[in-house]
Amino acid sequence: MQYIVLIYGSEKGWTSLSKPEAEQMYAEYRKYSEELAKAGVMRGGSELKPTSTATTIRVRGGKRQMTDGPFAETKEQLGGYYLIEVPNLESALDWASRCPGAKDGSIEVRPLAPSMQP
Amino acid sequence: MLARAIDQLVRREGPRVLAGLIRWSGDFDLAEEAFQAACTQALEAWPRRGLPRRPGAWLTTVARRRAVDLMRRRRPDLPLEAGLLEALAADEAASDSAPEVEDDRLRLLFTVCHPALAPAAQIGLALRTLCGLTTAEIARAYLESEATTAQRLVRAKRKIAEARIPYEVPPPERLADRLEGVLSTIYLVFNEGFSATEGESWIRADLCAEAIRLGRLLVELLPGEAEAEGLLALMLLHDARRPARTAPDGTVVPLEEQDRTVWDRTLIDEGTRVLDRAVARGRPGSYQMQAAIAALHARAARPEETDWPQIAALYGALLRTTPGPIVELNAAAAVAMAHGPAAGLAWMERLERSGALAGYHLLPAAQADLLRRLGRSVEARAAYERALALVRHPAERRLLERRLAELG
Repeated sequence: MQYIVLIYGSEKGWTSLSKPEAEQMYAEYRKYSEELAKAGVMRGGSELKPTSTATTIRVRGGKRQMTDGPFAETKEQLGGYYLIEVPNLESALDWASRCPGAKDGSIEVRPLAPSMQP
Repeated sequence: MLARAIDQLVRREGPRVLAGLIRWSGDFDLAEEAFQAACTQALEAWPRRGLPRRPGAWLTTVARRRAVDLMRRRRPDLPLEAGLLEALAADEAASDSAPEVEDDRLRLLFTVCHPALAPAAQIGLALRTLCGLTTAEIARAYLESEATTAQRLVRAKRKIAEARIPYEVPPPERLADRLEGVLSTIYLVFNEGFSATEGESWIRADLCAEAIRLGRLLVELLPGEAEAEGLLALMLLHDARRPARTAPDGTVVPLEEQDRTVWDRTLIDEGTRVLDRAVARGRPGSYQMQAAIAALHARAARPEETDWPQIAALYGALLRTTPGPIVELNAAAAVAMAHGPAAGLAWMERLERSGALAGYHLLPAAQADLLRRLGRSVEARAAYERALALVRHPAERRLLERRLAELG
């Protein structure tokens, strides 16, 4: 089953990292990505640009309503994601708990719905 | 009479049968629906035709046939091979071997107590599937509408299926962690039953019995787990005091005023035995410590004989393993008994200043008791009044009012 692993954390924290700190963080993520790939469970993933680049759009009565910023203003922001394929939630949570972001942020794990039937 | 016996039999055999059905079908919801149908059929058929030789196997067979029907009806589009499901339904005798069946109940316990489910959902599912309570009974016990309970159960079952929460006993490296969650869920059930002293008391006392049943099941299925034994001992020792905990008018009777002759000796003996066995394993933990405290109370024939220094020491140890303001309050109360009210009071005042227990009526209530013992009645009165402003449960309120009146 495929799960998306959403990495939430303080964006302010990420942007204020010193260069060596940022390098260390990227090194940890590279290592984690390699581990996922080596285990054969990695299906995709990426870091996201900051929420200042986000636009939220809704269509109401045929009209597009756009707002600047992420869908919800919260203390923690979505900073990146992985898509993994593992047998069950237990195993997905095991992988999520090893994600570097789990140490200071929160990781949301959600199963993907099977692709839509026509 | 017969109906009652059958009902009890179904309840006893039920969890095993249901747990096996879930493994067999891989579908929590389907298994439960088929199981309910089988129970209904049993209640109808057994009084007429007599009890089957192996009631569990009877229920399994009937439920599997029903599950096959349900599967067909739900997914008529599925190209089921005609013979396959019948074959599955017919092989119950083969898979009825004891060890596997035992494993199933343990699997079920770990699945319904999975931390990915909200605590209330874990409790509901455990009571529903492992204790055989109906949705209506769970709703009554938790003082909520049946619709609310039903919805919570449906949502939880859906999450199990859709997020694919595995139906398994966690692997060894996860077991300790997950066991802690299971123990805490069971203890929540017990406390819910134990903290209630009036109103729907019959069903709530039942919650204690159900929690103890789950505790026993866990000890039986995971032998050698000291903390599981610790929790069972703790619940037995607390439950032993039940007959003395409330006055006929529903007022809470504090420990030191309880009629100790009505404490249930059988439960105390069993709790003590289970605790001794746990402690001998040399792996201390917070449930064992709490049980040891309860055992020391149980051992004292009169309040004056209570070994308070030992209890205070145990609370100290408990604070190191499971720190928290409520444990601290209990520790302070024990210190007051062991080393005089002034020492306990000073600690409680620090606790009050920390603000960690703001809004919790038992802090001013405990302070008031100590102030009363120190003869500081004006301050005691003020503290009782603070406690009264916060207390919600009527039975506890009456005790505080009585204390206040006694101050004169």
